Amino acid sequence: MIDLSTDYLGLRLKNPLVPSASPLSKSLDSLLLLEDAGAAAVVLHSLYEEELIAEDAMTERFLLHGELHDAEATGFLPDHGNFQGALERYLEHLRLAKLRLGIPVIASLNGVTPSGWIDLGKELQSAGADALELNVYHVAADPLESGDAVEARYVALLTELRRVVEIPVVMKLSPFFSSLPHFVQRLEEAGAAGVALFNRFFQPDIDLQTREMVEQLHLSSREEALLRIRWIAILRSHTSITLAATGGVYGHEEAMKLLLAGADVVHLASCLLAHGPAHLGHILRGMAAWMEEGEYASVAQLKASMSLGHLRDPSALVRQSYIRVLDSFTPRAGVWR
Amino acid sequence: MSTYLNLDGNEAAARMAYLGSEVIAIYPITPSSNMGEWADEWAAQGKPNLWGVVPRIIEMQSEGGAAGALHGALTSGALGTSFTASQGLLLFVPNLYKMAGELTPFVLHVAARALATHALSIFGDHSDVMACRATGCALLASNSVQEAQDMALIAQAATLAGRIPVIHFFDGFRSSHEVAKIVAVAPDTVRAMIDDTLVAAHRARALSPEHPVIRGTAQNPDVFFQSRERINPCYDAFPAIVQAAMDRFAALTGRRYRLFDYVGASDAERLIVVMGSAAETVEETVAHLTARGEKVGLLKLRLFRPLAVEAMLGAIPDSVTRIAVLDRCKEPGAGGEPLYKDVMTAFAEAAADGRRPMPRIIGGRYGLASKEFTPGMVKAIFDELRSAYPRRQFTVGIVDDVTHLSVEWDADFRTDASRRLQHAVFWGLGADGTVSANKNSIKIVGEATALHAQGYFVYDSKKSGAVTVSHLRFGPDPIRSAYLVEEGMAGFVACHQTVFVERYDLLAHAAPGGVFLLNTPVAKDAVWASLPAAMRAGILSRGLRLWVIDAYAVAQQAGMGRRINTIMQTCFFAISGILPRGEALAAIKKAVDKTYGKKSKRLADLNHKAIDLTLAGLHEVSFPGLLDLGDAALDSTAAADLPPFVRDFTLPVYRGEGNRLPVSAMPLDGTFPSGTARHEKRNIALEIPVWEADLCTQCGKCVFVCPHSAIRARAFPLEAATDAPPTFKHVPTRSKDFPSGTRISYQVAPEDCTGCGDCVEACPIHDKSNISRLAVNMAPLAPLRDAERANFDFFLNLPEYDRSQLKQGTLPGAMLLDPLFEFSGACAGCGETPYIRLATQLFGDRMLVANATGCSSIYGANLPSTPYTVNGAGRGPAWSNSLFEDNAEFGLGMRLAADQLMLYAKMLVKETATGIGGDLAEALITADQRPEAGIRAQRERVAELRARLARCDHPRATELESVAEWLIRRSVWIIGGDGWAYDIGYGGLDHVLALSHDVNILVLDTEVYSNTGGQTSKATPVGAVARFSAGGKATAKKDLARIASDYGHVYVATVAYGAKDVHTLKVFHEAEAYAGPSLIVAYSPCIAHGVDMLYNQRQQDMAVKSGHWPLFRHDPRLEATGANPFKLDSAAPSQPMQAFMDSETRFAMLARSHPEVARQLAAEAQQEADRRYRAYAELAARPATPKPE
Repeated sequence: MIDLSTDYLGLRLKNPLVPSASPLSKSLDSLLLLEDAGAAAVVLHSLYEEELIAEDAMTERFLLHGELHDAEATGFLPDHGNFQGALERYLEHLRLAKLRLGIPVIASLNGVTPSGWIDLGKELQSAGADALELNVYHVAADPLESGDAVEARYVALLTELRRVVEIPVVMKLSPFFSSLPHFVQRLEEAGAAGVALFNRFFQPDIDLQTREMVEQLHLSSREEALLRIRWIAILRSHTSITLAATGGVYGHEEAMKLLLAGADVVHLASCLLAHGPAHLGHILRGMAAWMEEGEYASVAQLKASMSLGHLRDPSALVRQSYIRVLDSFTPRAGVWR
Repeated sequence: MSTYLNLDGNEAAARMAYLGSEVIAIYPITPSSNMGEWADEWAAQGKPNLWGVVPRIIEMQSEGGAAGALHGALTSGALGTSFTASQGLLLFVPNLYKMAGELTPFVLHVAARALATHALSIFGDHSDVMACRATGCALLASNSVQEAQDMALIAQAATLAGRIPVIHFFDGFRSSHEVAKIVAVAPDTVRAMIDDTLVAAHRARALSPEHPVIRGTAQNPDVFFQSRERINPCYDAFPAIVQAAMDRFAALTGRRYRLFDYVGASDAERLIVVMGSAAETVEETVAHLTARGEKVGLLKLRLFRPLAVEAMLGAIPDSVTRIAVLDRCKEPGAGGEPLYKDVMTAFAEAAADGRRPMPRIIGGRYGLASKEFTPGMVKAIFDELRSAYPRRQFTVGIVDDVTHLSVEWDADFRTDASRRLQHAVFWGLGADGTVSANKNSIKIVGEATALHAQGYFVYDSKKSGAVTVSHLRFGPDPIRSAYLVEEGMAGFVACHQTVFVERYDLLAHAAPGGVFLLNTPVAKDAVWASLPAAMRAGILSRGLRLWVIDAYAVAQQAGMGRRINTIMQTCFFAISGILPRGEALAAIKKAVDKTYGKKSKRLADLNHKAIDLTLAGLHEVSFPGLLDLGDAALDSTAAADLPPFVRDFTLPVYRGEGNRLPVSAMPLDGTFPSGTARHEKRNIALEIPVWEADLCTQCGKCVFVCPHSAIRARAFPLEAATDAPPTFKHVPTRSKDFPSGTRISYQVAPEDCTGCGDCVEACPIHDKSNISRLAVNMAPLAPLRDAERANFDFFLNLPEYDRSQLKQGTLPGAMLLDPLFEFSGACAGCGETPYIRLATQLFGDRMLVANATGCSSIYGANLPSTPYTVNGAGRGPAWSNSLFEDNAEFGLGMRLAADQLMLYAKMLVKETATGIGGDLAEALITADQRPEAGIRAQRERVAELRARLARCDHPRATELESVAEWLIRRSVWIIGGDGWAYDIGYGGLDHVLALSHDVNILVLDTEVYSNTGGQTSKATPVGAVARFSAGGKATAKKDLARIASDYGHVYVATVAYGAKDVHTLKVFHEAEAYAGPSLIVAYSPCIAHGVDMLYNQRQQDMAVKSGHWPLFRHDPRLEATGANPFKLDSAAPSQPMQAFMDSETRFAMLARSHPEVARQLAAEAQQEADRRYRAYAELAARPATPKPE
């Protein structure tokens, strides 16, 4: 029997497949389906700072302080008593997920400013979250903000969160850091129990018709796994904290590669959105088959076996491979060059 | 131990009414709407009545409907109630006669309000309840918030015992909206007051097939009269029944009431008899005067019908020789008002019988439409009584320089009670949370201390940038001061908006040595110099202490955006010392937690932070002790070049000095000049649009969407701009339709714009190199104001472009037409007003407007603003409002008058043809006036006719002259909201549609009763939350347009200018051109939808694209040509309803509060949108009928 178990943020998981924050985690039904398919843990959808602020603004303006007007209309919408706000709804969902699922449940916080939302981590912990994912979705667009300041923002938010919670915190990072290993080291020092690589920023598109920026969500592609493989392989040699790979995993192939590179867990989202929760079981079976064929006994055995430090030629992961890739792209004869 | 509540009179009464009812039939009307809203909210929360069941709340289509439903419920055995006021109560009247005649026990709770006469008024007096005194209902008055609760219960107990229905009333606004600390009636008390054997008896009398009876028969002369007299014993017995209920209540609560409560000197010689909140003020004044040895007293009358004459006389000390009876109503032409006559009759009978001597009795009117009634006025009445020859009839509270009935009063008179109280006045904006913060403060003080608290809130009638003044009092005893905080009495005055400093006399209320707190961004050290000279003088002369805070900065720092209510509330407690500071802050935080509860812990935390930050930002300002102004003019109001009426009436009212205007300043019959709104210059926008002439394609969309006609376009010859101000922008017209050299300008009215930004949202033109720069962009007002004011003045004086040369069917052309509706008091970003403005641009010079009561009548003609205005020739819409329910009929009447007088004029033209010339006569009679050119030509003919008539000696010439103007076609517009068209006025609307008369009906569909605060109408869509459907509207909106189109002969269209502006323009032209009834149902986004009105057009577009608001036209003229009259003008839904619903709070909040219901209703909304579109598509796909040969 192959042992698929892995360690993740100090939690022992039965296998490395952990569905990440996606619309699937918004419904208890699909969470149960994921568990049935073999998910080892789940990351709930993110509690967005902006969502909280927007809902608060709506509540304030239209419900609590509707008295915009004259003596006749002292408000417009009825008071619905103590209905649940966005946070309460999230907490309720988390509590319910904890109650119904047998696997660890990781809550996710998403925001960028020190506006008080980070304190909500405490609430998530109280509601039973086994760990927290902190997703600092920060696009560094300010020329006055240095790279160091960008990193400091992450560290500050993490420190703030660590101050209020005891459960492990995993930082979800974007690939846009100039020195990722150094930065991860800073995060580790600040108390991160792990990092998840990488956040896929939603890329706004331009609508040529209206000439407006439009939000569009594109599912990830398999190719995106490559970036993760490289950086996990590099980081694995420098850090012992949990490394979670997220992005581009569609089949057992990507999952195995990421594990070989050094990932402790592999997150799944796009493939589950595309093929449904049951696809997780499909990947899991593929992994087992591949390991069996390769005569691996456990995930622990193969994990990080191809990390930077374990490569015969570490340059394959760094600059050398750049040259090779370029060289490999040789135009066909007859093409002018 | 007593439990205290801090609430207003409406809630106090509604609590009791709810407990004792099984069926509650409601309909919104100010100021009673809140009672129905409370009942609806409690029912939505599942709160049970006395018998453990949630009462059934049913909103009806009118008060008449509510009365009918209630009658049916009562006669079938349920216990029921309703809440109403004013015109609503009048609609109850026919049923009140029936219910009283059938001895049907129930209580109708009325927030008494003025009846519309020469004008509508939403404010309080007794005109409405006095109009019910012959119905057979008992009339029971409450004088305060406490009594509104207590009497509501006593009334319920009495009506069950005596079977006579009771109208329980209290003063609209003064009692219905005053927040006060009252002793709660305990549930046990309610239980003990309501006798279940009487409830059982009521049920036993119910109509039932198990023991059937017949009620509501028709009777003949033989028995009707006797039947009416048969009921007398019930009325004879009822006063004692009410007193017994009062006694039982006293035994349970310790609060003793009598049918007639006397207070004052036991040997009083002068007496005031009054009912309602004024009794509180009189009582306070009587206490003050008797403490000084004056022999005065007050008789508080509680049960006005049935009038217990002996009890009344018995309550009045024998020593009384002079009595003033005060009525809060007016009965023109009568020998006195009702209460006065009743008291007079009672004494006359007693005197005639020799039972007691006849005192001198005088009658006075006071407090109509919430006119202030103060201790100074009470004192003046007692003084009048002491004079040798007191006026038999008098008024108090106004200066009557016409019939000289008014008594003078001392405005500086203050009672001992008033001097014992702490008074505070707060100036805020409707939107800044000042009122809610003050209500909250009252609760805090009321709950945390033994102090009594009172709050009364004065709003102005504007729907954007409305000013609120909160009047708060605190003191150790129950507060009887049923009047505003008096001048010079407020130890604490706060101004929450810096701009008010220049506009209002903020210090008038300030007491010597008191505190003035100002929210200002100016640094502490610079504040003093920044204040206007008059204010500095006022602060010095009153010896005030000045405190400042930059509340917006603190809010920003705390992460609260622009919400300053908690911050200013904290300042009040920190400075006033009403509570120990620490205790106060803890109480505010507790209140914050209660407010936000589960809704948002984050907001609660932010508020906590703001409270903590406030103290650091609050500073007392030191300033020089001497006046350093020199002789600077304190006030300079230029009023040159203004029409006398504007100078003498309009502007003083704008300045808040309307109370000082004498009777002679009033028009005799409620008729006012048009076009006064332009003199208000409210300056409420922080930012105004700036036109980028180089980018602009002159499409006119910005003008089209502007809700306040604050951005306009005009074309003119170059030479007209010779003396233009230096920054006045004008460019050559781009269209080839204009002669070369023609210039065009898009100009903003900087002081009238509300800064909504809708014009910018509508602008389709982007700078090719910088997408963020449009052809109009918002920019801060302050640096632009002076230059743009000069530019706008210049713009208005440019020559009007010849309308006949403009392509009115195109948007750019039509938007060059001058609007004859401008600067209304509508909300910033209002979705209704662009339609009205459009109609006035196209047809204003010939419009007669019948306007249903509602938002459009309030922003359309709330004095002193009259936004309907005139063109250069002095022509413009003539406008009137009759009622809420009769507007279609009212407009039809206008049509009938126009047609009939035209007919008569034509007859006279025929008769006088020989004198005026046959050709002219023929042309006048046969003129085709459907197109505008035809009207123009007819106007010229009528001018010629008048010239000839002046020289004509035909005996009918003078008569023809008097009706000549009716030879010009009038365009009759019937305008109103969905509450009118779908609900209360639907019967009349339907009737007018069924006729063939040429009227244009414009329904401004906001899908709720916007004016009264967002109550559900039959236009409210499924899934929307609104007042009266707190649990989400369960049924789809009525398809008014489709129903109307079923008539066949009616031109019908649905429009949404934010989705298809050109379509809207086309529809207006087609409706006007159609010589029969036309109905335009216009989608009108409203702040009640819970979406920022900046996105007005976006919401319209989403409404159309989602299928929520499909666009169609039904044009009977097409049918006549054999074509299909039904044209579907919008494409199949291309967006899910869910996306539209998610974008508006009215839908989105249901998903928060009732997620399951919301999901279900959202699915139904989608089905409804699909179903409606399919149905329309089928209609549009019908083959054309071949034209009959």
